[in-house]
Amino acid sequence: MTARLPQTREWIHGWLLVLPALVFLFAFTHIPAVATIWHSFFSTPRGRRPSRFIGIENYEKMLADPVFWKVLGNNLWFALGTIPTSVAIALVMALWVNDRLAGRSLVRMAYFTPTVLPLIAVANIWLFFYTPGFGLFDQITGALFGWPQSNMLGSPASALNAVIVVTIWKEAGFFMIFYLAALQSIPVSLREAALIEGASRRTIFWRITFPLLMPTTLFVSINAVINSFRLIDHIFILTDGGPDYASTVLLFYIYETAFKYWETGYGATLTVALLFMMALLAIGQFFFLDRRIHYK
Amino acid sequence: MTRAGFDLDRILNMLGAWTLAVMWALPLLYAIWTAFHPSAYEARFDLFAPLTLENFAKAWSAAPFARYFLNTFVLVTLILTGQLILCTLAAFAFARFAFPGRSILFSLVLLQLLVMPDILIVENYKTMGHLGLVDTITAIALPYLASGFGIFLLRQTFMTIPRELDDAARIEGVGVLGLLWRVYVPLAKPTYLAFGLVSVSHHWNNFLWPLIVTNSVNTRPVTVGLSVFSAIDSGVEWATINAATLMTSGPLLIAFLLFQRQFVQSFMRAGIK
Repeated sequence: MTARLPQTREWIHGWLLVLPALVFLFAFTHIPAVATIWHSFFSTPRGRRPSRFIGIENYEKMLADPVFWKVLGNNLWFALGTIPTSVAIALVMALWVNDRLAGRSLVRMAYFTPTVLPLIAVANIWLFFYTPGFGLFDQITGALFGWPQSNMLGSPASALNAVIVVTIWKEAGFFMIFYLAALQSIPVSLREAALIEGASRRTIFWRITFPLLMPTTLFVSINAVINSFRLIDHIFILTDGGPDYASTVLLFYIYETAFKYWETGYGATLTVALLFMMALLAIGQFFFLDRRIHYK
Repeated sequence: MTRAGFDLDRILNMLGAWTLAVMWALPLLYAIWTAFHPSAYEARFDLFAPLTLENFAKAWSAAPFARYFLNTFVLVTLILTGQLILCTLAAFAFARFAFPGRSILFSLVLLQLLVMPDILIVENYKTMGHLGLVDTITAIALPYLASGFGIFLLRQTFMTIPRELDDAARIEGVGVLGLLWRVYVPLAKPTYLAFGLVSVSHHWNNFLWPLIVTNSVNTRPVTVGLSVFSAIDSGVEWATINAATLMTSGPLLIAFLLFQRQFVQSFMRAGIK
């Protein structure tokens, strides 16, 4: 290790090399995160009235805000709706694409293409798909099952679910890639040995493949959880959070509060709620992350 | 297990795989269909419907897409350049230098994988206001210039490079930056390619932060431009919106189709941490 450098020179070199990146990291991630907490105790500046310290007033407002609880519930439903399904679909996709399959590369391309499309463009495509009456969704369900015209995005009961479907469609192919990488790193000899022992495909999957994929499943799940707080672009186009907040999730509500109604103080408080959930997640995953880092 | 049973299994799997593939391709194919046909065929499927590029022409002239593309191009280049420089330097330090505070600083870097600038929109907008940078392309790029993900990825790669190469280079009288530039960077090329593809496609597609921090034609990237364009849904035909949608995703989509293998491998490489 750079043994010929005197120790202090090595320190200085190390610090100088990390300095530029750290300046940007602190300026736009760490300091804003701390400042958010600080500002959540202040009122929103209005005209000539500057913001003043109001203690936990914003938090009291948040806990009494029915929209906040609704949005939080939506976010939970959004997470429950997207995470297990997209991870499971991703695994199945990877198993299929990893196998001998006619037209394998075409299938893989179909699965992966949504990943490279902008979520906002994807939303435009799906909006048309969902259009009541002559959108493809109604045309197919009408022709196959004779279902009446639907209004998936316009009714409070189904709006969030329609958004969830788009999210799964967008995410699954991305997660598939990680499974595919993991599958290819499983030694073929394991499978061959199991086949010689007379194990069925089902047994091989549940006893060998699935356990070996566990680290990938965890990694993909963390990504899926983070995404369930972060992926909101399509909501802007599909439903704009409506009807009546039915498809608003936390980050979307933060955007609305801070940039539509310019309630930045309350926006900061809502962001703290989001950070709090991220922190819970971090604590939950701490041991796993740690293991993953020292893996190589 | 009989041979016939095995084949049935195969066929069922293939059927499943293809059904899912069709479901996954359908929305995009549908968009392509409407974009290349006159709007009369929006919901009418006729194999011999006349093809047209008129929808693209309409979309192109209805909104300043040329400018939006230029903005996105500048934005993506700016971010990637910044990221490559900052992340390379930091990753090199974390991989090869012993200095006080290294591990705590590295955990702070990793923290960004969780707390991304994407969710700190309120505070970052204030910062841009103080810096007088609201509604500039620089403001869109700044929060993403130092990427925790990039630092992590490059550090992992740098750590696999044999230290004997360091010594050999030092005997030749190469300095710290020369060592990085001549030995480490060339050996990490596949990682750079992987990170580059992931970064470009991520920032090409990014929407929320650019939406917040821009408010004029001269700074809006294509994603925000597209949302502004399709929000005036009163007069604009579906076929035109779909043409615009395809246009904005076009460059990435074409790049993906041409370099499919590299893309998939890059995303895979970026994922194996």
